Amino acid sequence: MKNKDAIFLSFHTVVSYRLRAFLILLAMALGVAAVVVLTSLGEGARRFVVNQFSSLGTNLVIVLPGRAETSGGFPGALVGETPRDLTLEDAASLATIRGVRRYAPLNVGATEISAGGRLREITLLGSTANMIAIRGMKIAQGYFAANNGPNPADIVLGAALANELFPLGNAIGQRVRLGDRRFRVTGVFAAQGESMGFNTDEIALIPVDHAQALFNTQSLFRILIEAESRSAIEPTKAAVRAALTLRHDGEEDITVITQDAILSTFDRILTALTFAVAGIAAISLAVAGILVMNVMLVAVSQRTAEIGLLKALGATGKDIKRLFLMETLWLSLAGAAAGMGIGYSGAFFLRLAYPQLPAYPPHWAGLAAIATALITGIVASLLPAIRASKLDPVLALSKK
Amino acid sequence: MISLSNISRFFTMGDQEVRALNHINLDIPGGEYLSVMGPSGSGKSTLLNIIGLLDRPTSGTYLLENHNVTALSEAEQAKVRREHIGFIFQSFHLVPRLTAAENIELPLILEGVPPAERKARVATVLEETDLMDRATHRPAELSGGQRQRVAIARATILKPAVLLADEPTGNLDHKTGAEVVALLEKLHHGGTTVIVVTHDRELGNRAHRKIQMRDGEIVTDEK
Ligand SMILES: Nc1ncnc2c1ncn2[C@@H]1O[C@H](COP(=O)(O)OP(=O)(O)OP(=O)(O)O)[C@@H](O)[C@H]1O
Ligand SMILES: [Mg+2]
Repeated sequence: MKNKDAIFLSFHTVVSYRLRAFLILLAMALGVAAVVVLTSLGEGARRFVVNQFSSLGTNLVIVLPGRAETSGGFPGALVGETPRDLTLEDAASLATIRGVRRYAPLNVGATEISAGGRLREITLLGSTANMIAIRGMKIAQGYFAANNGPNPADIVLGAALANELFPLGNAIGQRVRLGDRRFRVTGVFAAQGESMGFNTDEIALIPVDHAQALFNTQSLFRILIEAESRSAIEPTKAAVRAALTLRHDGEEDITVITQDAILSTFDRILTALTFAVAGIAAISLAVAGILVMNVMLVAVSQRTAEIGLLKALGATGKDIKRLFLMETLWLSLAGAAAGMGIGYSGAFFLRLAYPQLPAYPPHWAGLAAIATALITGIVASLLPAIRASKLDPVLALSKK
Repeated sequence: MISLSNISRFFTMGDQEVRALNHINLDIPGGEYLSVMGPSGSGKSTLLNIIGLLDRPTSGTYLLENHNVTALSEAEQAKVRREHIGFIFQSFHLVPRLTAAENIELPLILEGVPPAERKARVATVLEETDLMDRATHRPAELSGGQRQRVAIARATILKPAVLLADEPTGNLDHKTGAEVVALLEKLHHGGTTVIVVTHDRELGNRAHRKIQMRDGEIVTDEK
């Protein structure tokens, strides 16, 4: 028997047994759809995190006070020990290091802000104008021009905060109080929404020297550095570490991390997660395979007489095996196609329902789903097909 | 052309042995018209299955056109079956989802004949068996006689040298049975060796050579 004829004959058989075809197709389609939808969820989570990190700024190198116990962790910040201060002078010394495009010292703290009789607890950032460029923040109205100091007592308000304190929209030029200090509003940030669980619309930014005075500290929380390019990140990191270690009398009591390293760690974790989820979804394909095997075994016993007849007409065992394998191949292919349709539209509706989550199926999902469906189909029909090919023709023919 | 020497076929059922064929010796020259009769269980179908290579003898030698076919592999036997032997059964054994023409086409597909040639040959055979107007009907839409004619057309489309019929009229009434017999005899006149197993004395006596079986043995063999 020629391959082309076997393909055609098995297709003819498949469409003749509608209920059987529908059952197998459905099982396969659901398995494939599960792979596509679940991997797009995993991929969506990965993209979500990557986007969140990108919104922090590009080519970011961050200096933290304190020594990292293990590389890649968040030292100091978690342990709480601050052996030696990271000072404004430390920050200023970075200006001349190769690969540093700009840097911004950063202090962060909670404080109360009051204006026009309204009082609120806010997160206050103290930094320089560079931070706005490094973090990719946008000022909707006004300006922020602070340098390392001394600076005038200017303040920029988050969009929501400005709205709350000055509902009339006339925030620029107004006076606000932070503790017992008075600041003049010189700018309002553009509304940005959440980023890393931190609502930039509810913060305020003042010059770093004023923040240090307000919080009564000499120590910086972070120094943010923007490297000149992606390839400059690692050399810059090393140079910054060396320079600061030198300044601290040869003791490496600071930690320099790159956003890139954190990001790629998350990227790896979430990609692994996506594969794991795909594996779990593939289990549903294995279940589909068991169903296919059962349905095909029933088909073989229902068509015993037909198999006997084909043998009497001169079909070899190989011919019979091929016919049954091709039947499931057809059904697996059709099931995979239907499953892709269901899966991709499922992912589409997921994106509609949760616009924040970019649930696009990864490029390998479709291929993996089809390959798994085909392999499942072949493996599942192997036993029934072999059983059919081994049937004794005399017994098969005598069965009604 | 068919030569069976010392052919036996034993079945073991539990601890007892059924001797379906017991040391059979039989020579059938090409072009013969032969009937096999005998009581139920005498081994007629088993004999036919051995001749048709559907079953392997427990012992003995079977020469088909001077070739020892008992020693062939499964795939080689299938090829011999396809090219040299046609089967006709009491219960027709048509594939229910295929039309008459598609059923007849099956051996050509198995043989790997190209589609255009297949169509032409099926059309010719449909004409010979007077089934042209039934070509696109499924078996369920055909009468018993028509079904058996489709089965005969299918069995003979590759022009086999031997046609084996196991009670071909067993499920037919007298009139349609006679039509089927006429078709078989037409094939015999065309040079095909025809072997018919039957319970029908009248049909059996039409054959030129008549064999009687009992308990797996040939008891009479008359011309
Ligand atoms: N697969 C088998 N297993 C066990 N015994 C079998 C098998 N096939 C046939 N037999 C036995 O072999 C003997 C001959 O069977 P066979 O079918 O050849 O008889 P038959 O002459 O064709 O009978 P009938 O006229 O009823 O068709 C019977 O006793 C039968 O029970
Ligand atoms: Mg019989």
